[in-house]
Amino acid sequence: MKRIYVNEKWCLGCHLCEYECAFAATGLSDMAKALKGKRIAPKIRVEDCGDIHFAVNCRHCKDALCVKSCISGALSKGEDGVVRIDRDKCVGCLTCVLVCPYGAIMPAPDGHAAQKCQLCTDNTCGVPNCVAHCPNNAIVFEER
Amino acid sequence: MRYVIIGNSAAGVAAAEGIRSRDKSGEIVMISEEKFPAYGRPLISYYLLGATDRAHMDYRPSDFYEKNGITLRLGVRAEKIDPVGHTVLLSDGSEIGYDRLLAATGSRSFVPPAEGLSEVKAKFTFMTLADALALEKALSKKKEVLIVGAGLIGLKCMEGILGRVKKVTVIDMADRVLSSILDEKGSQIVQRQLEARGVRFVLSDSVVRFEEGRAKLKSGGEIAFDLLVMAVGVRPNIELVKEAGGKTDRGIVTDEGMRTSLPDVYAAGDCTESSDIASGKRRILALLPNAYRQGYCAGENMAGGDARFGDAMPLNAIGFFGSHILTAGAYEGESFITGEGDTYRRFFVKDGVLKGFILIGAPERAGIYTALVRERRSLSEVDFEMLKTEPRLSAFSAEERKKALAAEV
Repeated sequence: MKRIYVNEKWCLGCHLCEYECAFAATGLSDMAKALKGKRIAPKIRVEDCGDIHFAVNCRHCKDALCVKSCISGALSKGEDGVVRIDRDKCVGCLTCVLVCPYGAIMPAPDGHAAQKCQLCTDNTCGVPNCVAHCPNNAIVFEER
Repeated sequence: MRYVIIGNSAAGVAAAEGIRSRDKSGEIVMISEEKFPAYGRPLISYYLLGATDRAHMDYRPSDFYEKNGITLRLGVRAEKIDPVGHTVLLSDGSEIGYDRLLAATGSRSFVPPAEGLSEVKAKFTFMTLADALALEKALSKKKEVLIVGAGLIGLKCMEGILGRVKKVTVIDMADRVLSSILDEKGSQIVQRQLEARGVRFVLSDSVVRFEEGRAKLKSGGEIAFDLLVMAVGVRPNIELVKEAGGKTDRGIVTDEGMRTSLPDVYAAGDCTESSDIASGKRRILALLPNAYRQGYCAGENMAGGDARFGDAMPLNAIGFFGSHILTAGAYEGESFITGEGDTYRRFFVKDGVLKGFILIGAPERAGIYTALVRERRSLSEVDFEMLKTEPRLSAFSAEERKKALAAEV
């Protein structure tokens, strides 16, 4: 399946992917209107450590521990390989956060559920919006 | 090929999924004493709290059984296994033959004998959906509730009902709450947070006698109550396998492929013992992630695979009224504490590896720590100083990050 992969040496640490992720989730057409003055809660997060920068989001693991560990059945792996969360079923216990080796699933800002990258299959972008707008190809969406 | 699965919760469902990963056509029969399709057992407290509802508690989509060709027999109990004849006797008097059998029989609430307990009419346990529904019927703003047990089950029950009754008192023989998963400091934080919400704790004490609406305590005091919840502990359901001659200790004994000592009989979930990789000891790890992974492994092997589940460890994600307490592994060796106020992190390091941790009010990215415990990775390979205050992949080598973020995992 196509996944998002990180080219660490090309990441500028600009954090634009975080804004594009949050923007994609709004479904609006103007980023400034959608995000201005808002605290964003993106599902991709950039780590900065001195000169090193890289983005982290869900790896859509072949053997996803979060899916196996979910107490409510809210997390599932589709036939397309995408790990998805049903927010209405999730009770926010954070067992998934406890088992994800990449720290790529997180509490949603409302506190009632977890949230994660679904490769923009849950919005109208078509392709992952973070990848589409990365200025330096530091994240790519491809088969490996 | 006929697969028979006794039990229809996480381990049983996982086994069916494990079987179907290898065998699309064999017959699968699931037997459950409960009357509901599989639901998330730990959700019962969230149900009482109003954080979920019956419609959202199903562990799998409504077409799960049909889509996977599973015959589901609800409301019947497996009474006896005949390992020679390869049959299971059911409570309705019928017998079912198997080629491969899974005992995913779970555990049951343990209610220790106590004087006067049998005369208490409004008494409950808190393990199944039926338990929760029975308790719910009795709840009212006029009722005072006594919960015996300040462990995971007792406190989750408390969270579920606190806003729906007049008063909740929790009593425990231990001198602190959640003593099975927290250290003293952690217990103090949680107890203080819950007391601020109006929960009353009576610790280092126990009930010696129940009288009409009253619990007489060892300390000499007494607690008045309208409803009683017994949440002292659970016991694994090992009897079916034990009586059939299968090897059991505290739980059903299996190998890493979830095979019992009986031919063609497997076991998974709360009824079994695991090898805890953090402590190195054999113990019962009655936790949903463990049950699922055991069940899936059993299912793969029942269908001719050679899977192993060799990295069981304690994992607990619990919280109350929006708080988050995440713990994992064993609390052995040297410890390091960071955080202030109600944020508390404690890490346990032994032989150069992270053995376990307690995180209160700091859940973000905790799985990075869990992976260190599970993989028994030497801390010399990571920047542990950085990890003590924040879990980050920056603490790993560029090569490790490449494996995680630039390749299929």
